[in-house]
Amino acid sequence: MIEFILAKYNYWIYIVLMMIGFYAIIVKENLIKKIIGINIFQTAVFLFYISIAKVKGGTAPIIWEKAGPYDNPLPHVLILTGIVVSVSTTAVALALIIKIYKAYGSIEEDKILEMKEETVPLSIKGSKKNSEHLTSDSMLYTDE
Amino acid sequence: MNLVSNIPVLVIIIPLFSAILIPVFGRISRSFGWYISLFATFFSFIISISLLNTVLTTGKISYRLGGWEPPWGIEYLVDYLNGYVLVVVGLIAFIVTVFAKKSVEKEIDADKITPFYSVYMLFITGLMGIIITGDIFNLYVFIEIASLSSYALVAMGRKRAALMASYNYLILGTIAATFILLGIGYLYMVTGTLNMADLSRRLPALYNSKVVLTAFAFFTVGISLKLALFPLHIWMPNAYTFSPSVVSAIMASTATKYGAYILIRIMFSVFTLDFDIRVIPFNEILVFLSSVAIIAGSVIALAQTNLRRMLAYSSVGQIGYIVLGAAIANQLAMTGGLIHILNHALMKGTLFLVAGSILYMTGIEEISDLNGMGRKMPLTMAAFTIGALSMIGFPLTVGFVSKWYLALGALDAGMWPLVLVIIISSLLTAVYFGRIIERIYFRDSIGAGEDSNQIIGQSGQSEAPMSMVLPTLILAGLCIVFGIAAFFPVSIAAKAANMLLGGG
Repeated sequence: MIEFILAKYNYWIYIVLMMIGFYAIIVKENLIKKIIGINIFQTAVFLFYISIAKVKGGTAPIIWEKAGPYDNPLPHVLILTGIVVSVSTTAVALALIIKIYKAYGSIEEDKILEMKEETVPLSIKGSKKNSEHLTSDSMLYTDE
Repeated sequence: MNLVSNIPVLVIIIPLFSAILIPVFGRISRSFGWYISLFATFFSFIISISLLNTVLTTGKISYRLGGWEPPWGIEYLVDYLNGYVLVVVGLIAFIVTVFAKKSVEKEIDADKITPFYSVYMLFITGLMGIIITGDIFNLYVFIEIASLSSYALVAMGRKRAALMASYNYLILGTIAATFILLGIGYLYMVTGTLNMADLSRRLPALYNSKVVLTAFAFFTVGISLKLALFPLHIWMPNAYTFSPSVVSAIMASTATKYGAYILIRIMFSVFTLDFDIRVIPFNEILVFLSSVAIIAGSVIALAQTNLRRMLAYSSVGQIGYIVLGAAIANQLAMTGGLIHILNHALMKGTLFLVAGSILYMTGIEEISDLNGMGRKMPLTMAAFTIGALSMIGFPLTVGFVSKWYLALGALDAGMWPLVLVIIISSLLTAVYFGRIIERIYFRDSIGAGEDSNQIIGQSGQSEAPMSMVLPTLILAGLCIVFGIAAFFPVSIAAKAANMLLGGG
């Protein structure tokens, strides 16, 4: 049993990491901690992809005269794309959190959900006015 | 290489480059954003029609990106199914863009209009890419392009709740996409290929492998989240309710469709019907889930007081119809499900555009304020009525056609309780649209609608501007045209269904 676990330890780490990330996403109330959870969750998948690329006794996939067996470079390339996606997701999420903080004055999900939904009325003429509220002054939104 | 042989990739290149051009020209004038978007969506639409036309006359189109041979390079493959879905998405994108000009000017701050159109075009790029690509990893990349841009689009809503809606959508969307990525990883592990056609050739020998089953499980959950299939629909109502009207219109009529398209593609093209039925009772599970979605979506929609939220829950039910067609998996039901991709896009497009027009003219979002709207905005409300009748499944509208085929397919498969599900859901739909139609035509605006009166002015019509009414009426008109001349879309959907079910 122990050998079975040790032989494929990177897959076990991938599962554990993924569950840690998933747990954080579900349980944490803080919006930034949720994003950290998402990041761990995605990193686990990166580890999985890198693990499936490994060839027994393989080296780095570089062509030279003494080239022996080498690892499959394709999953590496795929996961580079995956990392880019992950970084952009984090960027969008953090930008959103900044806007949420400006609008609600908090980044704790339970507190935000408690707040009465103050709606900004659609002004018929000057929609510019609303935007100033949204971007500049957070205090106008919070009703506590 | 001439232009004609490169047509498949232009569907993506045109919106992608317009997304880059818009910020550049936006520095000169804000109005360029809309014009460039309009041209780009128009050309994408024309190209998708020409692609479908080519597919119908000469068969599949295979395009090699960068000239690499298919199993190694990325292949764009257009067949009956995605040729058809491309045209649906192209049509809706073009019409909604026409509508967007006035609505966006009103709902988006002036200095954010240029970025809005840029992100909007990225979203269209993602949609087109998801549909046209024949490479499963490329599919994932396009899913993320479409999703990331849709998070930004949803967050541009006027209320602060739009931000939380967008955040929740981002969390669930990222989990969904990561699951899909994992599914791709497991498939690559056992087959060593990423090309969908190649996968479908190599997979049958491995159908009993646990790795393949795991991959399929990850795909199912990931796609169902994207699709907003009933128990996984939580992100959707808020996202549709609080996003700008244009965004909810385009997302309701196309974003859930790409989910349906991916589900059908994975179920029937990458895997085969044989796997779905023999190896695991997947179709039975889906039949059950989609029936629950149909009923639950309609029941929850009944309880809604906000117009757009009600339409969103009604979408939950309507998605059930598309999945039901795929789950019954015989020729008739499959045709019904596929035809519903077009039909639902037309009806929901109409209804969300109407909701956008109402918001533009009066600022009304609650159903209880709609009293007497039939007199104030007669053309818009006529479009609403057509859309609503179509949702109910009134004969001579598109909604009837798809329900008819689904019911026939269910009877053909000996699943008569499903006919009951369709009838009950139609009745519920009749109730929740009926109460709105009653309000807009048969109640005076004095009373509950007093607030709206003050805004509009005491009497007379106040129809939305032509650039908003016209696209709404065109979509509503198409609901009737394709309801009467149903043979045309049905013939294409039937060919696609036949292809998916292994008939050639």
